[in-house]
Amino acid sequence: MYDVTYHRATSVDDAVARLSAASEGQLLAGGQTLLPTMKHRLAAPSDLIDLRGIADLVGVRVSGRSVTIGAMTTHAAVAGNAELAKVCPAIVKLAGGIGDPAVRHQGTIGGSIANNDPAADYPAGLMALGATIHTNRREIAADDFFTGLFSTALDEGEIVTAVSFDAPETCGYAKFPNPASRYAMTGVFVAKGGDGVVRVAVTGAGSDGVFRHEGLEQALSKDWSSAAVDGVSVSADGLMSDIHCDAAYRANLIKAMAKRALA
Amino acid sequence: MTEVSMTVNGKAARASVPDNTLLVDFLREHLRLTGTHVGCDTSQCGACVVHVNGRAVKSCTTLAASAEGAEVTTIEGLANGELHPMQAAFKENHGLQCGFCTPGMIMSATDMVARYQAAGKELTEEAIRHELEGNICRCTGYHNIVRAIQDGAAKMAAG
Repeated sequence: MYDVTYHRATSVDDAVARLSAASEGQLLAGGQTLLPTMKHRLAAPSDLIDLRGIADLVGVRVSGRSVTIGAMTTHAAVAGNAELAKVCPAIVKLAGGIGDPAVRHQGTIGGSIANNDPAADYPAGLMALGATIHTNRREIAADDFFTGLFSTALDEGEIVTAVSFDAPETCGYAKFPNPASRYAMTGVFVAKGGDGVVRVAVTGAGSDGVFRHEGLEQALSKDWSSAAVDGVSVSADGLMSDIHCDAAYRANLIKAMAKRALA
Repeated sequence: MTEVSMTVNGKAARASVPDNTLLVDFLREHLRLTGTHVGCDTSQCGACVVHVNGRAVKSCTTLAASAEGAEVTTIEGLANGELHPMQAAFKENHGLQCGFCTPGMIMSATDMVARYQAAGKELTEEAIRHELEGNICRCTGYHNIVRAIQDGAAKMAAG
């Protein structure tokens, strides 16, 4: 790892100030992606501004069906939250399937979505839940937040503070994890709101990152069942091909994972 | 340089270290606690697992500076005069061959037992295999590690 200057921010405002004063500053959340990237010398920030001392950014609040998760809440904390499990079990399952136990003790929801890895789990969950991303400056709909591979709508100096959503009537998540990395080779989150609106988001498959699948949404709006998935034609256009599998395989995984998510 | 201070295995530890010092390097190089291993250096193998504030983390993927003020337990801190029940279980069940991954296995094992006990959940064989996703062993094929953890969990519950 190259030299870096470490800062421990005491508040979001303090983090913003330290970030803007740094020449090539980078926020440090759980560090489970950033630190390995720095160790490989694929990233060389001049300054790291650690957010883990900011208590305001940590915690899960469930009020009725309204859910707010602080940006620095770890995957383990989401996975282990009994209140959240009652209203939105799929997000709890999703968090409990990220990485491994030691990674889940440090990795955070804010870090995950700010990085927007095309194979990360949370982007699919938040997009399908129609979540709102809260920052120190504004609120951003999940549909507008995830803008492509490792890119988001966040501006310079903008920090994710929380995410919020209304728990849907029913939802599910299933992924086909890469056997080595455990990242999703394809993951599908399905959600049906109380208003009957169905949202389906796919991670790990799109060559431009997470996306919503209109065909599956239309079919599941009419018939919330795995039989409905059978009738949908999923195109391989715009899907990734890599050493693990090609686009056609991923197209099939989208249907297979959608069915498992409904089960 | 950053001044870091933390409690490691019950003892105060303080040093001035470069800001990019990883927790595992602080433990091994500064405190000479070489029981914590570096296997892959890519955050996958789990040989470096230690407990920070009671939770298993990969010390190769944690900055020493981030652990400021923390309570850290390493494999050296488990035994208390005699082997910890989980260490004894690994010995009795032949849960190791070369032993390189063993410190991380045991730190992950004691963490999972504590979490399942706290949640009132049964730590089944299937759950143990799932929980070991972040710990890689290249010798044993895991069977005796899983048996050791089942045995160690029973010993910890009894003790």
